[in-house]
Amino acid sequence: MRHRWIRIEETLMLFLMRASLLVVLGSLVFILATILIKGLPALNLAMLTQIPRGGYYLGKEGGILNAITGSLALAGGATAISFCLALAVAIYLHNFCSSERWASVLRLALDVLWGIPSIVYGAFGFTVMLFIGLRASLLGGIVALVLLELPIMARTMDEVMNLVPSGLKEASHAVGATRLETAFKVVVRQTLPGLITALLLGFGRGIGDAASVLFTAGYTDRLPSSLFRPVASLPLAVFFQLGTPVADVRARAYASALILTGMILVISLLTRYFSRWGMRNVIR
Amino acid sequence: MILHRRLVKDRIAYYLMLAGAGLSIALVPLIALALAGRASTLLDQQSLGKLMFSVTWSPLKGEFGFLPFVVGTFWVTGLAMVIAVPLCMLSAIYIAEYAPNRLRASVKPLIDLLAGIPSVVYGLWGILTIVPFLRDYLIPRLSGLTRIGLLNAENPTGYSVLSGGIVLAVMVFPVIISTLDEVFTAVPHGIREASLALGASRWQTIKGVVLRRASPGIIAAIVFGFSRAIGETMAVMMVVGNVAQIPRSIFDAGYPLPALIANNYGEMMSIPMYDAALMTAALVLLLVVFLFTLGARLILMQAMRSV
Repeated sequence: MRHRWIRIEETLMLFLMRASLLVVLGSLVFILATILIKGLPALNLAMLTQIPRGGYYLGKEGGILNAITGSLALAGGATAISFCLALAVAIYLHNFCSSERWASVLRLALDVLWGIPSIVYGAFGFTVMLFIGLRASLLGGIVALVLLELPIMARTMDEVMNLVPSGLKEASHAVGATRLETAFKVVVRQTLPGLITALLLGFGRGIGDAASVLFTAGYTDRLPSSLFRPVASLPLAVFFQLGTPVADVRARAYASALILTGMILVISLLTRYFSRWGMRNVIR
Repeated sequence: MILHRRLVKDRIAYYLMLAGAGLSIALVPLIALALAGRASTLLDQQSLGKLMFSVTWSPLKGEFGFLPFVVGTFWVTGLAMVIAVPLCMLSAIYIAEYAPNRLRASVKPLIDLLAGIPSVVYGLWGILTIVPFLRDYLIPRLSGLTRIGLLNAENPTGYSVLSGGIVLAVMVFPVIISTLDEVFTAVPHGIREASLALGASRWQTIKGVVLRRASPGIIAAIVFGFSRAIGETMAVMMVVGNVAQIPRSIFDAGYPLPALIANNYGEMMSIPMYDAALMTAALVLLLVVFLFTLGARLILMQAMRSV
């Protein structure tokens, strides 16, 4: 009797587990399908190649080129700066830091930073901008996004560099290379694909984040032209177009979301490609 | 002479990198300090405790009671956890313990993909599917049916704390599942085999050995999900209704703290003390998330070390 119950329990739990996994994966399919079905009919070439014309938000002609270029400028600038900072932190952790304790404190700090909500980064960016007298601008948005992306990239790079065998570093030191030379000529070269993965991860996070650029980058119908002018961004384009009462404009919000999701999908495919490529090249 | 130059270069690089590392450590205190500086004009007049437990929110009169927003935050986050935790536990156990390697290898990137979807897209999905589902199916069927206060369907719009909770639950799936997966795989194989060798079934082994061994990690994963959920802004703001009230039923509109900050940044400089109030909200959010993440990380580090 007891034996039978054990088998029933096993089967029941297995069923529940499979069902849960199906719900989790199903929600991904559900989200992507919803965006595709709603976004595709409203998508056209003008959306991608034009900036909003007069009366765009009432349903007249135009596109969201301002938001696409704005997002690329924001995320691109932030990713470039963040990459250098994160690389410095990761190299510091692996090549310069001699105390294990200090390294674990630094890792903990990065992990905590990773968890901080983007709205807080936005609010912080805003207070800093008030302090130095900067208005909502591309520069402000980039600063907020740098902070957002830094822990993600630094921790990812750190994980990749963990895979480099210490013998390789020791060999480099043994032939007389300095720590810096070892870092760039051995570690960075060994982990390059992993570093690109980190770069793409940060870029994807940066391009999709709305709460941090809401305060700091503002919004505009023009193409980005100067570091000190406001720029548009894709997530906010979705958000603002969704807020209008005109059905045509709301449909464009769906199409904008589709464009954004498409970009994220491409980035994540590239990330996978590079991380696989990376695993193949690491000497173990 | 050449050797000297190389050493100088190494030294300079060391200081630059140390500065980068120092910045990472100093950033949290720096953010807290900057926000506190802005918030101080309000906090000098009223204590934080009083602000947190006051109900009236009318910025024009200078009254900033955060209670509705704090309660709204906990409603949405709590609902999200109630939905997400059982689903994530079951999925993660399946992925870590039962799934064949090929399935495991193909599920993980999909979970990562879920983590990469921008929050406005989640919000849009909520508006297009969850909100209409509540409005057109759930609420009409439930209204008048029950006397349970929690299920009172007085707000017919569908923009409710439940919508926020559902959207948020899906958003924290990847966070909780990937942490849990890490925790379960860290449980040594030997103790599983010992249990199986004694004649326990697979589920009995999981229930009695794996889950028990992994319990600190499981708590860490849940706290992790919670702290990620509490600060989520855009997606929640789009579906939760944004009415400054204390929600009494899961179908009532709520107004979480992050949504409050994001919605009012435009006018905050034109009303006295408004910016201080919003920065106080951001500061509270930062401190809560900081404590939770730090706690979860420390538990996780301890758990991984003992394994």
